[in-house]
Amino acid sequence: MDNAAKRFLFAAVALAVIVSLCSSYFNRYYLGVAIDVGINVILAVSLNLINGHTGQFSLGHAGFMAVGGYTTAKFALLLQGQLPPWAQPLIFVAGLLLGGSMAAVAGLAVGVPTLRLKGDYLAIVTLGFGEIIRVIFQTTEAFGAATGLTGIPHWTNFAWTWSCAALTVFVVACLVNSTYGRGFIAVHDDEVAAGAMGINPVRYKITAFVIGAFFAGVAGGLYAHHKQFLSPGGFDFLKSIDIVVMVILGGMGRTVGVIIAAVLLTILPEALRGFAGYRMILYSLLIIILMLTRPQGLFTFGRAAQRKV
Amino acid sequence: MSEFFQQLINGLAIGAIYALIALGYTMVYGILRFINFAHGDVFMLGAFAGYFLSPVVNRFLPAQSYAGGAVVLVLAMAICALIGMLIEFLAYRPLRNRPKLTVLITAIGVSLFIEYTCQHDAVFKAAPRKFPELIPFTNWHLGGLVLNTNQVIVFVTTMLLLVALTVVVQKTKVGTAMRAVSFNEQAAALMGVNINRIISFTFGLGSALAAAGGILFAMNYASIDPLMGVQTGLKAFVAAVLGGIGNLPGAALGGLLLGVVETFAGGIPGLSNYRDGIAFGVLILILLFRPAGLLGKLQTEKV
Repeated sequence: MDNAAKRFLFAAVALAVIVSLCSSYFNRYYLGVAIDVGINVILAVSLNLINGHTGQFSLGHAGFMAVGGYTTAKFALLLQGQLPPWAQPLIFVAGLLLGGSMAAVAGLAVGVPTLRLKGDYLAIVTLGFGEIIRVIFQTTEAFGAATGLTGIPHWTNFAWTWSCAALTVFVVACLVNSTYGRGFIAVHDDEVAAGAMGINPVRYKITAFVIGAFFAGVAGGLYAHHKQFLSPGGFDFLKSIDIVVMVILGGMGRTVGVIIAAVLLTILPEALRGFAGYRMILYSLLIIILMLTRPQGLFTFGRAAQRKV
Repeated sequence: MSEFFQQLINGLAIGAIYALIALGYTMVYGILRFINFAHGDVFMLGAFAGYFLSPVVNRFLPAQSYAGGAVVLVLAMAICALIGMLIEFLAYRPLRNRPKLTVLITAIGVSLFIEYTCQHDAVFKAAPRKFPELIPFTNWHLGGLVLNTNQVIVFVTTMLLLVALTVVVQKTKVGTAMRAVSFNEQAAALMGVNINRIISFTFGLGSALAAAGGILFAMNYASIDPLMGVQTGLKAFVAAVLGGIGNLPGAALGGLLLGVVETFAGGIPGLSNYRDGIAFGVLILILLFRPAGLLGKLQTEKV
């Protein structure tokens, strides 16, 4: 934890709070998009820890997001009427932490059995887990079943979202750049060699899954209190793909690139609303062309040569 | 007891369709070692090909006749074989020597591209359509069991296609080449096998089977839409893993088993809502306890 990183965290949180205080001066629509961007930054950066830094291809990130979102929302709905209004931020923070923790537990549950799998097998199993989580929410009456969970209080604002985003970036960056965190990159580069050097790949993979899932859960909680409505359909396979594309576009394991990609890919669909019919066709073509021409990601400069020692 | 057999018949009917799709996954995986995510969409295109071909064929052959149905099936298989080869040529061939994940993501991209293009108003539109009846429909009552023509057609067609596939893979020159490429690509190339042509052929063969699956599925469920390949494709992939991926009899067995398991689990009152999750539960269990699948052989990784 070097001081530059800490300074970044404080500066980002302060900026988020200041902008949030002035939020009444901004257009509500743009503010909403800015919160969407923040949530996607959290999702992309946390997935980047699993997919990019540790090299474990997970396609179930939306599942973790769902766990966090539903937990946070249900927690708020249960406690909302019973505590005085001043306790509201406390409920929100506790809910976010609880949502993150439940998602982390889900991450542990996914990580442990899937450890022995690699590459596309891991991808399909995490996809399967994501689908199972969705099916569970879709059939549980307490979580609104297929119709979804409604009436969630609107607590997410700019400050909360971007403070959480800054915290995510801070934690992931510090973790990966620490001595301990070099292990993630070692596991990514060569699992067998990492094991031979005394690094326990199993532990690193589980850690990556749990931390990544935790932040996805927090993002889910923010999302729930932002949209005020949760439906299982919003957390399907396609949402996971969205997050994966952000990570790939930004360049696996490049935090800055991934943040840029998350920002771009959230704003672009909003800007392209006029071409609604062609939007998703263009999006899928973008994935294919990107993979054919620049599989290492769009925003990757400089470090590629350094990595290939 | 009769209910048990009825469920078994229903399960085997859907299982046979899973088996046809699973064969395509398994063949491609056996040769290229990657999951062709777009395979489920080829299955969907097969059903749509049948939908559009049926009125055309009915101009020459009487509607709802076995001959007409067979012609529709064969033509749809041919069209999808071409589509499969085209996908391979445009999207996967340029990535032949890249990391597997790059190819996997491309496959997801191709899959999304087909789905969104087909959902567009200028193409198939997103709304479900009613699939025409290709063959005369009758219900047969055997004791307490009900068996309809479509189910019988599913069994018969699947069996014929499986036999044909076995003959192609085991007895013909191109089949031998396929097995050689799957065994060792470089050595096969040195023996004079044209790798590109064989891979192209494999995609064509797998896509043709998926198209047959699509038409059989549409005949049984009567409704088709551009996203019908997503869930069915994923389940067929589970079937391929269940049987041991890369293993042809395994894919057929896995498909039938998965269909039966899903149908029986769907019949249990508390579990019926979780029907779509069951296939994935099976996948996770099989990968935990027998990662190589029922008929597969476990390969140790060499450093």
